[in-house]
Amino acid sequence: MDIPYTVQPRADTGLYNAKLGIWLFLASEVMLFGALFSSYILLRVGSPDWLYEDAKDLSVALGTFNTAVLITSSITMVMSWASLKLGDFNRYKLYMGLTILLGLTFMVVKSFEYGGKFSHGVYPSTHTFYAIYFTLTGLHALHVLGGMAVNIYLWGPGSRLWKTNPEQLTNRVEVSGLFWHFVDLVWIFLFPVLYLL
Amino acid sequence: MDTHDSMEFKRHIRTYVWVFVALLVATVITVAVSYFHFGAEDSHVGNVTVALLIAGFKAFLVAAFFMHLISERLAIYVLVGFTAAHCFGMITFTVYDYYSTPDMTEHTQKLDQRVTRPVVGLRHEP
Repeated sequence: MDIPYTVQPRADTGLYNAKLGIWLFLASEVMLFGALFSSYILLRVGSPDWLYEDAKDLSVALGTFNTAVLITSSITMVMSWASLKLGDFNRYKLYMGLTILLGLTFMVVKSFEYGGKFSHGVYPSTHTFYAIYFTLTGLHALHVLGGMAVNIYLWGPGSRLWKTNPEQLTNRVEVSGLFWHFVDLVWIFLFPVLYLL
Repeated sequence: MDTHDSMEFKRHIRTYVWVFVALLVATVITVAVSYFHFGAEDSHVGNVTVALLIAGFKAFLVAAFFMHLISERLAIYVLVGFTAAHCFGMITFTVYDYYSTPDMTEHTQKLDQRVTRPVVGLRHEP
């Protein structure tokens, strides 16, 4: 059985199904991270000894680097989709490959940060700040991993679809890109909230 | 995609590059302003406001251009608007509840003392 509206938009929504689906999923993600940001606010204003600046012992340099990495991965992601729209499959493979590598770079830097904390005996139980820090960044890192898994599939075996149904592959890359940009968007708030304030 | 569409699309790509540059510049500004103190000396409200304003601007750029929200279908706008309103409400009402509730510390301590006092007439034997 063929899944309908994978390429052509539905008449009532004007959207192909996967696009509406990913936006519904992102809506649930907004509420998930929104609830955690609420928790952060409550923990922060309710804590008599919240950690500020140097007391947090987080590397602003690494956080800034990772922000730049995710922003760069966002433009390579959108360029990979644009390449398919322009019919340039080789350029798509290049940009999607770069997106995956940048995601991997983000995860490597994050693992160094986590490793540094654990080696100094800093765990979620150490302080309220670290409890919310590890929860928020850990959940975000899981999202990066999830996005990378989909992107690796679309770069590798999934890209064979280009030969049989190029429009559908283009739509799949757009949907994957929407998720990837959302992950970038969450980090845009996490970085100042956890590292700078 | 015909030649006109192709030219139009290449214009979009130039926009993506400008958005990318703006995001990087905004990131540098976010870090730079964190070294200054805004507002009252013993308060972080000024710094939080400035940082969240810049983050909001960056989020707008990502959502509007990379996620194409600047030119989407009505169904997506309805969905995003509904979600944003719920998320805003959840955070706002949670914070409002925290600040509108009187300090319960003293009251809670009194309750604790009452609970730890032996209750007259209560049989502890089975």
